Amino acid sequence: MTDAPPDRFPPGTRVRTFRHDPPHHTRLPRYARGKRGVVVEPEGPDELPDISAQGRGDAPVEQIYAVRFAARDLWGEGDHHVVLDLWESYLEEDRQDER
Amino acid sequence: MSGDHHTDATTARRVRRLETLLEEKGLITGERLDEAIDAFLAESSPANGARVVARAWTDDAYRARLLADGTAAVQELGHMEGSYQRLRVVENTESVHNVIVCTLCSCYPLRLLGPSPSWYKSEAYRSRVVREPRAVLREFGLTLPDSVDVVVWDSSAETRYMVLPRRPQATEGLDEEELAALVTRNALIGTAPL
Repeated sequence: MTDAPPDRFPPGTRVRTFRHDPPHHTRLPRYARGKRGVVVEPEGPDELPDISAQGRGDAPVEQIYAVRFAARDLWGEGDHHVVLDLWESYLEEDRQDER
Repeated sequence: MSGDHHTDATTARRVRRLETLLEEKGLITGERLDEAIDAFLAESSPANGARVVARAWTDDAYRARLLADGTAAVQELGHMEGSYQRLRVVENTESVHNVIVCTLCSCYPLRLLGPSPSWYKSEAYRSRVVREPRAVLREFGLTLPDSVDVVVWDSSAETRYMVLPRRPQATEGLDEEELAALVTRNALIGTAPL
């Protein structure tokens, strides 16, 4: 058995979700677009629903990550947290030096 | 589009139409379909989740396995066999309270909790619990102190979530079966205390 490639976003990585509003199905809810969060852990790979929901057979298989968001970062208020399961291509690393 | 939701009535119409087509084409009979649904629902009940919780309360090693790999741990007890979904069990503690939702549709750990209650699928619950969970939980009769961190798990992929509630006080003398009888469906969703 060959070793799977390491995950792009290890637990604790600060990430940012894409802002893009696609014209097709996606599992990145609107309220979590363009938001900063922290990777909790990988959830296991699955086909990208944005492609497979279009009936296409070429959907890439991507790692899914549980990502934790502070309510304040999602809604501008609140003291709770929200965790979402997000496909890798919904995320980019949130580099502190680019803030 | 994620905003492209259908009402229950629309979905029900589609399902009926699909059933009719399948029957007309001779691919399935109504009786066979009923048998399959009955068999599926017979294995899906909140009693399953309650038994898992009671085992976790009485067996520390099982509890550790359940929190580390929910799918494998519930399969030990005969649940979720052959399921392509992953189960993650999230533990309530003195300082953390968990609650589950599916804002995009109505994903739910059906095998462990049975069919979901209608409020779980309502627009009001789905939109509000991610935004103001403390207010929503108060409406369910659960008031949490400010010191408790509320974590909302929004099931957006193939992982299903179940809450491991805190064991009620003064239950030291109860056996596993008696403990399981205390566990309610809403406690497994995170909308009720025990």
